[in-house]
Amino acid sequence: MSNPTSSRDYDAIIVGGGHNGLVNGAYLAKAGLRTLIVERRHLVGGAAITEELVPGFHFTTFSYALSLLRPDIIHELELVKHGFLPILMPSSFAPTEDGDYLLLGPDRDENIAEIMRHSPHDADAMDRYEHDIERICQVVKPLLDKAPPNIFGKEPEDLAAVADLVSHLSGVEAKVMHDTIRMLTGSAADLLDDYFESDILKGYLASSGIIGTKVGPMSQGSGLVLLYHSMGEHDGHFGAWAFHKGGNGGFTQVLARAAEAYGAEILLESPVEAVLTRGGRATGVALADGTELHAPVVVSALDPRRTFLELVEPREMPGDLVDTIERFKFQGTSAKVNFALDALPRYPALGDRSDQYRGFVNIGPSLEYLERAFDDAKYGWYSARPYIDCAIQSVVDPDMAPPGKHVMSCFVQYAPYHLRGSDWDTERQRFGDTVQATLESFFPGFGDLVLHREIVTPLDIERVVGLSEGNIFAGELLAPQMYFFRPAPGWSQYRTPIDGYYQCGSGTHPGGCVMGAPGKLASQQILGDRARGTD
Amino acid sequence: MIRTTPFHPRLAPRNETGLWSHWAGYLSARRYDMSAKHEYFAVRNSAGYFDTSPLYKYWIRGRDAERFLAGVMTRDVRRCRPGTAQYTMWCDDRGFVLEDGVLFRLSDTEFFLTAAEPNLSYLRGLVGRLAVTVEDVSPAYALLAVQGPRSREILAGVAPEVSRLGFFGLTQAKVGGAPVTISRTGYTGDLGFEVLVGADDALPVLDAVVEAGHGHGLRPFGEDALLMCRIEAGLVLINVEFSSSRLAFTDHDRVTPKELGFGWMLKGIDDDDRPFVGRAAIRRELADKTSRWASVGLQLDWSEYDQLYTGAGLIPPKDETPLDYESMLYDDAGGRVGYATSLMYSPVLQRHIAMARLRPDLAVAGSRVNVELTVNHEYRTVPADVARLPLFNPERKAA
Repeated sequence: MSNPTSSRDYDAIIVGGGHNGLVNGAYLAKAGLRTLIVERRHLVGGAAITEELVPGFHFTTFSYALSLLRPDIIHELELVKHGFLPILMPSSFAPTEDGDYLLLGPDRDENIAEIMRHSPHDADAMDRYEHDIERICQVVKPLLDKAPPNIFGKEPEDLAAVADLVSHLSGVEAKVMHDTIRMLTGSAADLLDDYFESDILKGYLASSGIIGTKVGPMSQGSGLVLLYHSMGEHDGHFGAWAFHKGGNGGFTQVLARAAEAYGAEILLESPVEAVLTRGGRATGVALADGTELHAPVVVSALDPRRTFLELVEPREMPGDLVDTIERFKFQGTSAKVNFALDALPRYPALGDRSDQYRGFVNIGPSLEYLERAFDDAKYGWYSARPYIDCAIQSVVDPDMAPPGKHVMSCFVQYAPYHLRGSDWDTERQRFGDTVQATLESFFPGFGDLVLHREIVTPLDIERVVGLSEGNIFAGELLAPQMYFFRPAPGWSQYRTPIDGYYQCGSGTHPGGCVMGAPGKLASQQILGDRARGTD
Repeated sequence: MIRTTPFHPRLAPRNETGLWSHWAGYLSARRYDMSAKHEYFAVRNSAGYFDTSPLYKYWIRGRDAERFLAGVMTRDVRRCRPGTAQYTMWCDDRGFVLEDGVLFRLSDTEFFLTAAEPNLSYLRGLVGRLAVTVEDVSPAYALLAVQGPRSREILAGVAPEVSRLGFFGLTQAKVGGAPVTISRTGYTGDLGFEVLVGADDALPVLDAVVEAGHGHGLRPFGEDALLMCRIEAGLVLINVEFSSSRLAFTDHDRVTPKELGFGWMLKGIDDDDRPFVGRAAIRRELADKTSRWASVGLQLDWSEYDQLYTGAGLIPPKDETPLDYESMLYDDAGGRVGYATSLMYSPVLQRHIAMARLRPDLAVAGSRVNVELTVNHEYRTVPADVARLPLFNPERKAA
């Protein structure tokens, strides 16, 4: 990574080298702006990094798979040239508490047979369910690729954008529109009950409705999270996930190479203390060491709390905006426990088979299991029997671990940021033990395979990555915080009240996951404003 | 009764799909796994092995073997040193391609040829008074392709010789106690090797390779994954990119080496005095510029492709299974300017790609053509950029 000369000015400075900061910087550099991406840590990637914590073992410390990344970014930033390689994860494995399992793979007919084993009723429901979800995605997905309209604006362009939205929605069939609204406002459990009767199938599907969010599958709002996670389109397959070569850190390194190839500079180990302003305009950033770097455009890739309340003076912000950001829900509720394993775990009902580990392993055997896990979090404690989304990435990418050994990424819920009567530094090991004991109950002998264990609490996510309260989406994916309300009414178009100061993190539309859309859409806004001379 | 290859006893239980094709009279796995794409990723990301045994195999030996092959093969075999291999093709006297294959040169006087179709009587018919024998030894050998970024590391575990083996190099080695010939060749466009072994020794060799591949993501792959790889690699397939001139009914079904994209094989034919079958016709074609087609790669415009389907109310299909028909190519005025012989979605390139035949004046990298597709039962077109083959060409392939 290059070092900028201290006196040099830039056209744009991006605060934060997470995936959205990198995407934003790459687009700005591609458009010809002298662009600097400033990162606090010793590596870029934010929450999408891969670290060799034990020699030979590469951990996706935080984010661990790809699905929602916008295809236009892959092409427009020429990521293939820089090593973009998403690898198919061809199966999903969901153990049940009685030692049985649901194992879904790439063959539809085999999947039907597998579902019939649990419920003949559900055999033909899966196609209907998936088709209905795809129809909903056809409605919602175009909204991911555009800035939300400013429904509070009175400018001709605002009115035109609202008219576009209305026109898009008015073309939707009544049933599809109704399904869309039911999903956006309802619970995952209610939706799944309409199609299925099998506990394991509902548990497996509902798990996508709780990821990263403080809702249970029976909470209103989990439908929205379920829909969000169904909108990925890896290689054109809706809802399909891929594992990037070298983990999501491998992916952000690809982004960094692309950004640098367009001329962006990346400055590591340089925490930004504040955004500099003069007369209501952004003029640059001040680093923690006192260095000042100047640019007429400053872009925060950090979350809304840091963007509006920490990098600038809240006293200089409109009161309504400060209020909205102060009550913006972060309430991180996810954790990770990553393992280095001596060998693959054994699942008794499958004997010596190991093909079940080629995709996600979903420890969430029923709606009730998930909801009870949530119950603990409602009252300020981590789940006694947590939901766990495991991925043994070394099975699909042997470069992740030494031959015969494995790395296992475990995403764990629920782990509320605020613990009642304790704190995460106190509970860390007990929490790790809880997760490991849960895994042991499904995979007898699991503990004997563990060579190393890395526990990542919500507090660690906040401390290391900088995501407030450890929320992995830079703010909850709840309806009042989405679309033209993300992160605040009137401020969903990547601008801020300070001229030249923009936001491009996951706290803006469309939201979290390694999607890149906020970074790209913000760059379009910045370049548009520059062209109009209004930045 | 269909035959099985020497590797079959080990491979049959690995085939979870029960899907086999018939290739040259042998059972050949279409895929072992429910997902051919998973096997494809083994080749592109770790390593896979493929049973190539059904290829026809010939020993061509004798004092005049080089002279014989120099007169039969379009590419100059005299430039193939002992201990190396050469991809080559042979033509008829009108300069149309009969077939392609790979020649191993074991010594000054010993060559080993693999080919997709039987060629014994054709080759013997050209021997004349030369001191050379052509022997069909197809069933006597098994051939195992080991392909992918980890292939060298895996094979080096059983045959350290491969670490030093250059692209299209050959080496003798011992694997699993059996003598083998290993070549740095393959049909995937990736780093890869092929292990030639006597049929009786096939199983211990396979066992040793599979053992060496433990922990490296090595898995068997079938024809479906192979065909995906070969299209990305721009490698031609008989009866898809070309037909044997000897069996074609019209010249529409015939191509010359230049038309098939192998102009590079013909470099220097004006300057050397090597008589070979088709030489005069090929020289005339080059001199008069009468080639009817050029072979190119196409990269379909991803955005237009997506919009075409999305606008039609569909989810854009991104299927890595190649279309089993030719797609026509048009210029902007709607005139037909060529046809795509192989079209698929490429997972590593993240877009639809094709191998195509295009009017030579349009075959310039960066020019655009329109590819015909069927959407909602109507013919529609998507623009595509013309590009040089191969479309996927990782450094590791030849490094």
